[in-house]
Amino acid sequence: MAERSPGERILDFSEVDSGFTAEEARSEAERCIQCKKPACVSGCPVGVDIPRFVLAIAEERFDEARSTILEANLLPSVCGRVCPQETQCEGACILGKKGRAINIGALERFAADRGEGEELGTLVRAPPTGRRIAVVGSGPAGLTAAAELARSGHSVVLFESLHEPGGVLVYGIPEFRLPKSVVRREIERVLALGVELQTNTLVGRSITIEELLAYDAVFISTGAGLPSFMGIPGEETNGVYSANEYLTRVNLMGAERFPAAGTPIRRGSRVVVTGGGNVAMDAARVARRLGAKVWLVYRRREDDLPARRDEVRHAREEGIEFVTCASPVRIHGEPAVTGVECVRMEMCDLDESGRPSPRVLDGSSFLIDADTVIQAIGTSPNPLLVRLLEGVQVGRRGNLVTDENGRTSLPRVYAGGDIATGAATVILAMGAGKRAAATIDADLRDAPAH
Amino acid sequence: MYSVVKAEQLADRVHELVVKAPHVARNARAGQFLIVRVDPDGERIPLTISRVDGDFVRVIFMTIGATTYRLAELTAGDMIQDVAGPLGRPSEVPRNATCAVVGGGVGIASCPIIAKTLKAAANRVIGIIGARNVDLMILEDEMREACDELFVTTDDGSYGRHGYAADVLKEVIAEEKVDYVWIIGPAIMMKVTSEVTRAPGIRTFVSLNPIMVDGTGMCGSCRVIVNGETRFACVDGPEFDAHQVDFDRLMQRQRIYLEEEREALKHHHEHRCGCSTGAHHG
Ligand SMILES: Cc1cc2nc3c(=O)[nH]c(=O)nc-3n(C[C@H](O)[C@H](O)[C@H](O)COP(=O)(O)OP(=O)(O)OC[C@H]3O[C@@H](n4cnc5c(N)ncnc54)[C@H](O)[C@@H]3O)c2cc1C
Ligand code: FES
Repeated sequence: MAERSPGERILDFSEVDSGFTAEEARSEAERCIQCKKPACVSGCPVGVDIPRFVLAIAEERFDEARSTILEANLLPSVCGRVCPQETQCEGACILGKKGRAINIGALERFAADRGEGEELGTLVRAPPTGRRIAVVGSGPAGLTAAAELARSGHSVVLFESLHEPGGVLVYGIPEFRLPKSVVRREIERVLALGVELQTNTLVGRSITIEELLAYDAVFISTGAGLPSFMGIPGEETNGVYSANEYLTRVNLMGAERFPAAGTPIRRGSRVVVTGGGNVAMDAARVARRLGAKVWLVYRRREDDLPARRDEVRHAREEGIEFVTCASPVRIHGEPAVTGVECVRMEMCDLDESGRPSPRVLDGSSFLIDADTVIQAIGTSPNPLLVRLLEGVQVGRRGNLVTDENGRTSLPRVYAGGDIATGAATVILAMGAGKRAAATIDADLRDAPAH
Repeated sequence: MYSVVKAEQLADRVHELVVKAPHVARNARAGQFLIVRVDPDGERIPLTISRVDGDFVRVIFMTIGATTYRLAELTAGDMIQDVAGPLGRPSEVPRNATCAVVGGGVGIASCPIIAKTLKAAANRVIGIIGARNVDLMILEDEMREACDELFVTTDDGSYGRHGYAADVLKEVIAEEKVDYVWIIGPAIMMKVTSEVTRAPGIRTFVSLNPIMVDGTGMCGSCRVIVNGETRFACVDGPEFDAHQVDFDRLMQRQRIYLEEEREALKHHHEHRCGCSTGAHHG
């Protein structure tokens, strides 16, 4: 699986590598020892039958590998690329204890990317139940719930406020990690199950709460899209972006093709990104591809970076400068950014996450000469619908509180994904969508028609 | 895709489009806006919902950048890629009060729907509309119909009273007790005009128009400072208490892409339209 050189990568938005060849996939799959009690499966939030699909690849039954995955996961080409496998299936792989874990992510991507459309035959739809269900938000949680509910025979309307379905998969994660064509293909598959998609529809505004609650059941998967700002002086200066804005301009709106595409973006030559997660890596690498020199300022140590391991490596290879144990305290410039003042942090006692908590080192301030700042310090649950749903139980971080099966405190209203957990991962959102769909299906079967 | 059923030029550089968008029209209320994206490669821009008739919504805009020029080229029967909305919070509607609705320039577009809504809630409604000159005056008839009383001004005296809307507002509040005021227009006009009602302490709303991307509260491009706090105009607004708005910040942030806007406009004129193929849409 040859990766393109960093020098070549930063000139375009194509993927870092083209995935396994059939030969590479087969030989990687052959390493699997087919455990009796596969730890990898318990590490997978949607329970993909990993040993079975890996065996199918080893025996070159690639179509069967794909349909095996699809039984449990309708977005496998997405997951193969963006799941944090190192903390999930691959993290649990027995082979990893002594040597190298099976590269399950790459195998999943390999199997999923092959073939088009024909697997639909394997996804049977139950006879129509006559129940109507609204799914709000078309990110991984909503897509998964919609697909599962449609398979159970319910009629599903999927509402999306943006012009394109996919949530973070289309507006957040960049093309070079997750090509749009891949996302579109997987969404097509969901829609082909008979899910009705309504884009440009902001539930709470285009659809009132009364109209929403007229459905037999409602699944809310509106994500954690509300960007946080650090609250330091100078944030209103021109050239300060949230990562969501910066990434949306490019990923969803095509700003890298401006002016051929209508949405502009500041092509800053010197960019400071604050944060250390996947979002920060993505923003930094997008800025790099727009021709900038990029500093990534993170308040903890390098080892604490929460981003996927590969993303950190790729970012470093691409020339992103990591400034760890540091934090911005002021943005200089009026009306546009001219620099970012930072301070050094020292690591102190372990906090509740088991990591040392950072503390400002007095007199350690330094200036980075920059013209653009991208804040990737986190997002919180989308407040709009949460506020409009009278009487619903809301958690400390503005999230919808649900039980383990996805029920909110309101009857017939379910929720899952980032809106319930706060910003998490694609696969956790999918797992929540799947669980809630099963709950909805069971609850509706028990309940008289609404 | 959404079809354009009417496209007309109302004044110098000011255009009207009526679009079939039932999902927007159904629940649209005064004070809300929508977002359009003309072509698959188009930018998302917010426009105030100026009127609603059945399945149809009307927007009125001035040609400024590439996207508004592109919109102005559309004719009845053309299609628009995306129309999302209604977005933002509806105007607060008092009852049995005296209200003044003040529109400046293309901001007049937002006024009739607010005036009508206020009227329907048993308010006395005084309209004040001002434009630079007679060629830029729009919607006078609609405003006359919606208001109990209407004042028309032009900066150069070419039509109606000679002067600014702020001057008339000053006189109006000197003559009768006004409880609520709406001021909608360019940022600088809103800033200046809302000073008139500050000392008398009249509750005054302005409709802010910062640069937006999604219009759903997800990006923060539209952030404005109100009462010292950061608010997102697309979900917390667009209407805010005029006397708490930091207009200077708003104007500064509206200018972020001045250079890019010039570049886009040049590209648009060279290619005749903003679409990626560069083909001319006749
Ligand atoms: C830049 C970035 C990189 C990431 N990288 C990774 C990664 O590598 N691996 C990983 O596992 N996770 C990653 N994540 C996290 C992951 O994308 C999210 O956890 C996941 O997308 C959450 O899914 P969701 O369905 O809950 O919400 P979202 O994907 O946020 O989707 C919510 C959708 O709801 C829509 N919506 C919101 N409100 C309304 C409304 N009122 N009416 C209608 N529609 C509405 C939104 O427009 C959006 O489309 C990343 C996130 C970001 C931002
Ligand atoms: S326009 Fe993106 S948050 Fe308001």
